[in-house]
Amino acid sequence: MIEARGLTKRYGDKTAVDDVSFTVHPGVVTGFLGPNGAGKSTTMRMILGLDRPSAGTVTVNGRRYDQHRAPLHEVGALLEAKAIHTGRTAHNHLLALAATTGIPRSRVEEVVDLVGLRSVARKRAGGFSLGMGQRLGIASALLGDPSTVILDEPVNGLDPEGILWIRNLLKDLAAEGRAVFVSSHLMSEMALTAEHLIVIGRGRLIADTSMREFVEQASRNSVRVRSPHAGRLRDLLAGPEVTVSSSETETLEVRGLTSDQIGQIAAENGVTLFELAPQQASLEEAFMELTSDSVEYRAAERAREEVAV
Amino acid sequence: MTAVPMTGKVTQVRVLHSEWIKLRTLRSTFFTLLAAVIAMIGMGLLFSYVFESQWATMEPQRKADFSAITLPLRGYFLAQLALGVLGVLVISGEYSTGMIRATLSAVPKRLPVLWAKAAVFGAVTLVLMLVTSFVTFFGSQAVLSSRHLQTTLSAPGAVRIVAGTALYLTVVGLLGVALGALIRNTAGAIATVFGLLLVLPVLGEVLPSSWSKHITPYLPSNAGQALLNVRPDPGGMGPWTGFGLFCVYAVVALAAAAYVLRRRDA
Repeated sequence: MIEARGLTKRYGDKTAVDDVSFTVHPGVVTGFLGPNGAGKSTTMRMILGLDRPSAGTVTVNGRRYDQHRAPLHEVGALLEAKAIHTGRTAHNHLLALAATTGIPRSRVEEVVDLVGLRSVARKRAGGFSLGMGQRLGIASALLGDPSTVILDEPVNGLDPEGILWIRNLLKDLAAEGRAVFVSSHLMSEMALTAEHLIVIGRGRLIADTSMREFVEQASRNSVRVRSPHAGRLRDLLAGPEVTVSSSETETLEVRGLTSDQIGQIAAENGVTLFELAPQQASLEEAFMELTSDSVEYRAAERAREEVAV
Repeated sequence: MTAVPMTGKVTQVRVLHSEWIKLRTLRSTFFTLLAAVIAMIGMGLLFSYVFESQWATMEPQRKADFSAITLPLRGYFLAQLALGVLGVLVISGEYSTGMIRATLSAVPKRLPVLWAKAAVFGAVTLVLMLVTSFVTFFGSQAVLSSRHLQTTLSAPGAVRIVAGTALYLTVVGLLGVALGALIRNTAGAIATVFGLLLVLPVLGEVLPSSWSKHITPYLPSNAGQALLNVRPDPGGMGPWTGFGLFCVYAVVALAAAAYVLRRRDA
């Protein structure tokens, strides 16, 4: 269980995390979503006491992280950048971490097998691929059998098999009653694993909602209508709950009416229809719409235009 | 996941154990310590051999300056480079690789990590350099004995200087640990360590002598090396007061390192 209250981090005059409050509950996978540079990693570093908040508090299982006497048993974390000495073998890396709280060697062997690193455990971590590094990071996170697991962009650099493995692992960890907090900048990845969503952009909390609600909200249906009488149809469809937009001639994008209703109105007024197609916004589009005002780094306006089309 | 009985709390002893594992599982540790040992023993034997073979034709002044105690141990000047670098790397190596985040996540109180690093590295250096100094001393006496130039441990100051060489090198290493934690960047910290130890005394020589005599003897390396003279330099510090001052420098640096380690973001 993680509780952030008014969490703020400023670097000079730049505010990386701005008055963010949220709760990560046990037993569910909570997705932490935001564009690159939104403040996800900074938030996670503050949870772990690596960065000191400029204002606000964050507690894990009711206490500040550095107040725990056995921190590895409370929280296991995989941070974004590799946190491994490149000159040390995976096995020795885990042994050194385990030693800080007296975790036995047998547990080290166990997590090495759990993440599938047995064959390279005696090799120096400097030669590891990104995916192997991620697996070693996850092994470190699970060493203390913690009740809260924090993973920053865990699927980065993993192959499809590794991604599938992570998804199942996250679900299993949550099913065992742990609080699982996973960041990603990929909505599609979150949609497959997370039950709850916390979205931030430019350091501010944008949404804190269940995945189901988010999906429902995102799937505001629109209907694509193509007609030679687009202008007349537009007037006929007009209503208080209805929005009609048009991005090309003869084509309308209608929100607020079902395709059945539009077909009926067209027929009653003798309007010819060439096309009548219900559209569904994807989660990715919904996410980008939600965060479009808070994307820090943008390749011109392209991303936005692609969504709008 | 199987339930391993794990109720372990973080203790200073466990952090010491962890740092011991870290130190012995890096190749750089082995090679750097090996370099220090070779520098000590190799230079000691080499100097002894050169003096022994050139003795007959040597100028009287050089003969007068000769000491069978200090000459063989002059390799410490080279060994201190290796040990200072390793001291820095013990901490800066964690910052450069990102390991420090794993370390400080496991020990969020942070200070036990600094104490453990200093203690483990200090103990390893002290034990290894004590053995190395004595081996160097006895090996060199064997070389010098062919001209009957040798001395023994019972000579005045001999034990102090042989053991003191190990003490001096240990404190150099600890200064490296402290500056590594303060500066975090490997190159910057190494430059600072050797700027303090090697460059400052040279700059001190440039000062007018009326100033120099009040400053130069109290610079870190000059104070520390007072322990390694048979007779105190005129105007210099006594062996143990000098070494005591050198230790004070290291303790102040470690205290500053502890202060910033607690306060800074990792």
